[in-house]
Amino acid sequence: MFIINCPYCGDRDQSEFKAGGEAHIERPKQPTELSDDEWAEYLFMRKNIKGDQFERWNHTHGCRKWFNMVRDTSNDEIKLIYKMGEKPPTK
Amino acid sequence: MPLNLRVKSSNFIDETTKVSFKFNGKTYHGFKGDTLASALLANNVHLVGRSFKYHRPRGIMTSGSEEPNAIVQVGNDKTITEPNVRATEIEIYEGLEATSQNCWPSVNFDIGGINNFLSPLLPAGFYYKTFMWPASFWEKYEYVIRHSAGLGKSPTKPDTDIYDHKYVHCDVLVIGAGISGIIAAKTAAQNGFKTLLLDEKNELGGTTIYQNSDNFKIDNKISSGWLSDQINELKKLDNLEIKTRTSVASFHGYNYLLARENLTDHLSKDEKKNKIRQRLLKIRAKKVIVATGSLERPLVFDNNDRPGIMLSSAIKKYADYYGVICGKKNIFFTNNDSAYESAISLFKKGINVQAIIDIREKSNSSIVKEAENLGIKIYWSHSVVDTHGYKKLKQISIMQLSKDGQSFGGLNKTILECDCLGMAGGWTPAVHLFTQSGGKLKFREEDQVFIPNKYPSKQISIGSCNGDFELDNIIKNSSNDVKKFLNIDKTDFDNLSVITSKEASKKNIWLLPSDKAIGKTKPFVDYQNDATAKDIKLALREGFRSIEHVKRYTTTGMGTDQGKLGNMHALGIIADTTGVKMGEVGTTTFRPPYTPLTFGTIVGRNVGEYFDAFRRTPMNDWHINNKAEFENVGQWKRAWYYPQNNETMHEAVQRESLATRESAGILDASTLGKIDIQGSDASEFLNRIYTNAWSKLGIGKCRYGLMLNEDGMVYDDGVTTRLSENHYIMTTTTGGAANVMAKLEDYLQTEWPELDVYLTSVTDHFATATIGGPNSKKILNKLIPDLDLSNENFPHMSFKEAQIGKIKCRIMRISFTGELSYEINIQANFGKSLWEKCIEAGKEFNITPYGTETMHLLRAEKGFIIVGQDTDGTMTPIDLQMDWIVSKKKYDFIGKRSLYRSDTMKEDRKQLVGLITDNPKEVLEEGAQIVSELNQSPVQMLGHVTSSYYSPNLNKSIALAVVRGGKNMIGKKLFVPMKNKSINITVVDPVFLDKENKRLNA
Repeated sequence: MFIINCPYCGDRDQSEFKAGGEAHIERPKQPTELSDDEWAEYLFMRKNIKGDQFERWNHTHGCRKWFNMVRDTSNDEIKLIYKMGEKPPTK
Repeated sequence: MPLNLRVKSSNFIDETTKVSFKFNGKTYHGFKGDTLASALLANNVHLVGRSFKYHRPRGIMTSGSEEPNAIVQVGNDKTITEPNVRATEIEIYEGLEATSQNCWPSVNFDIGGINNFLSPLLPAGFYYKTFMWPASFWEKYEYVIRHSAGLGKSPTKPDTDIYDHKYVHCDVLVIGAGISGIIAAKTAAQNGFKTLLLDEKNELGGTTIYQNSDNFKIDNKISSGWLSDQINELKKLDNLEIKTRTSVASFHGYNYLLARENLTDHLSKDEKKNKIRQRLLKIRAKKVIVATGSLERPLVFDNNDRPGIMLSSAIKKYADYYGVICGKKNIFFTNNDSAYESAISLFKKGINVQAIIDIREKSNSSIVKEAENLGIKIYWSHSVVDTHGYKKLKQISIMQLSKDGQSFGGLNKTILECDCLGMAGGWTPAVHLFTQSGGKLKFREEDQVFIPNKYPSKQISIGSCNGDFELDNIIKNSSNDVKKFLNIDKTDFDNLSVITSKEASKKNIWLLPSDKAIGKTKPFVDYQNDATAKDIKLALREGFRSIEHVKRYTTTGMGTDQGKLGNMHALGIIADTTGVKMGEVGTTTFRPPYTPLTFGTIVGRNVGEYFDAFRRTPMNDWHINNKAEFENVGQWKRAWYYPQNNETMHEAVQRESLATRESAGILDASTLGKIDIQGSDASEFLNRIYTNAWSKLGIGKCRYGLMLNEDGMVYDDGVTTRLSENHYIMTTTTGGAANVMAKLEDYLQTEWPELDVYLTSVTDHFATATIGGPNSKKILNKLIPDLDLSNENFPHMSFKEAQIGKIKCRIMRISFTGELSYEINIQANFGKSLWEKCIEAGKEFNITPYGTETMHLLRAEKGFIIVGQDTDGTMTPIDLQMDWIVSKKKYDFIGKRSLYRSDTMKEDRKQLVGLITDNPKEVLEEGAQIVSELNQSPVQMLGHVTSSYYSPNLNKSIALAVVRGGKNMIGKKLFVPMKNKSINITVVDPVFLDKENKRLNA
């Protein structure tokens, strides 16, 4: 059970949050122009990294705000939390 | 005679307070402070259970939570009883009743014992190999296997005890109150840390607290006396909370731990009354100090499981702590010095010690010398090769070991008389919690132990769970490690003088040699599951290599004790047999809980009506007063139907449906999700999330919308009304409301932050009464005489604000039944009064309250879908024959692109159709499969029934179904095969009633 530092509320128990999958996958602006393969890439394909993973989280039982998290999936260490719209750190 | 088996104990047993208890129906006496195990041993009861597979007689082996054999059923009431409790952990109380498990008809005469003689036929994997064939016989095998398997009996009635959950926060959590735990807790609390100290036992002090030997001195005091002084000082500290009888079940990431605090299990029935039995502590600790100690290992040799064969440390504890003599003729069998501690302790109490069998060649540590000086006979380089006695140990055979320890130095076998054999196979650090938390172990070759290597969070392990086994090291290292961990300069324990016995020689043989072929021996590794070294070797011969596979094939370590005693031997035997190093074999995964938890503790107070929160509409009392039956929809309690005069559900629903279509019905629709949408981009937002177009919707108009997932599948539906230029109110399905809200917020916050849109959930702010039926207009007119209800002023799919009395309300003329229908929304507090006014006004029209079941029937007649009933997350709007709602003009909306994927455009997808049965009285079962051929093999499933009712308005059975390629099957004859018959059906259009919409536009 993580303790997650919500950028709006501070340290809270993981039970207040919901994970929302991989971060920084932008919805295509012109979906109709994409081939089936390209659309499937956006729709279905997600990374499953051992190590630092960029994720979306939502403070569902709190401020209901979405934010981004960098989490090491091998040991669940939360490396960084930053707001929606902020640029991801470069490695 | 009980008193013969008692000696003077330490001060932990109150010998003035007798406690009587029953075991297997017989009454015994013990003293206050005894465990069931110590009290039984004091009464010379060793045989307490039968083993799982071979039903071999088994006795008490240990004195703690690692006990594999002495697991008993507690409670005399067969309906409320607890199975699988370790006799070594049950503190006796007046009136305790316990029985042996896994034996029939009794532990002394157990019919299953025949398995012991059949054992050559029951190797590892026996069940997998034998009952595989023929497959059709499995049902018969299963019946027999299930009857002969299992540990203990489950209670058949609900648990009457009270359980609790509690959140606990602390700076430093110390797990285990042995000598290291006491050092850590005292140091932490003295330095201002809010400290919590937990121990699974009822007394603090671990094994040191009854260590009364001159060989172990701290600060010139006998170690037990010194520790007892420390504990007294500790208890005075302010910053410290101590919880005994509290076992840490699991250690999760971020220093989150679960512990079970046992509050009343040691109390008599009267004392227990109305008290919380067990409490689950949910602990968040800034820092964790694990001081869980170590578990003594048994030794693996032929027939090492007879009652009377125990751990050496357990025999010592029973004598020193409980004052109980386990045997009149004791022998110890060891590979290290700790058996000598036990032997000397017994000897000094005047308890007979026949001999010590030591597999080592020699040792000259001080404690070994003391044993020699006391005249205890020591057999160096010897091993036990067999034991004798069925229900109680009588003799052992020993032989001299060869130099390499793999065979024997000669053929001479010596037989020794003994009724109690203490095994001392070395110590295994209790690293369970450490590894649960994600910690990585390393293997220490010299004494063959796995010890903590890498800590995943702010935690340390100290004492013997960290691989320190000698008193001076334990004190010095614990003190130093705690100092470093808590960033402090000094402790009370920095410069203590410590006298201890140093172990001089070590030797370890995981599987001791036998003079017989391995196939003829039973060297048990896992006592509870009857897994032997022979089984492990068989698994390896059959090609299993991974320890995880060997574990599952042989069931080693899979009992309620989770292999606390034998797992290391299993690893060792695998390593030795395959020639791989122990460290490379690795360990199996240590899974929580460390000791079993009751279900009661896990669920706490969340039982019965507290299982989940529930929601009621403002009209709820009216429904109750009018005898409604309720159904759960998500967390909502919704009126299901309103039976009158002992009607069945079917009769009530038929009456309600007819009445609504003939005159008027009223439904409590307050549970529908309602989202208030405001902002200058509200129309654009709706355009993006619904499949149809919204920009041109006039103010005061309503529109039905279908919401898709990005994968093109229908997600939710509902009517949205434009209240003003930039203000909409959206309705969602009852069950989907929260998810829809979350999904919309997600898009607004993450994909389209540029949109000026604000969402507010207002589901609970409004109560909704829906009046439907040909007379609904007349009823509404009575309620609001000044509102013009003409089709010109208030047509279908439009909205009006009005007032009922002084209360404002919103009225939508929309319909889910196909009837002329009005939805009246009012501030929730006035919901009940609105409802009563509607009923009053509708009286002359026989207005009939109807519940969700009638609503479902009426909408099915009209062919309206229910998202989640007729859809299952794999249906596109096209599949639902709802092409009309998918905008061709809009450039984009959520899910649009997916509707043009090759897969979603396939002709033979499952599509929504109507079904009628050839026999109009026959109602299909929802979920029933649909086929085109009856005598096909394998039969091809075309789809299934999603909704099915008997329609009183059409006088026939109707159903909705999803059928592969169903759109093009209208008129086709298909079949619904049931268990004993098959039903002939015809595919029809899903709209059964009023295709022309005459009724709702009336």
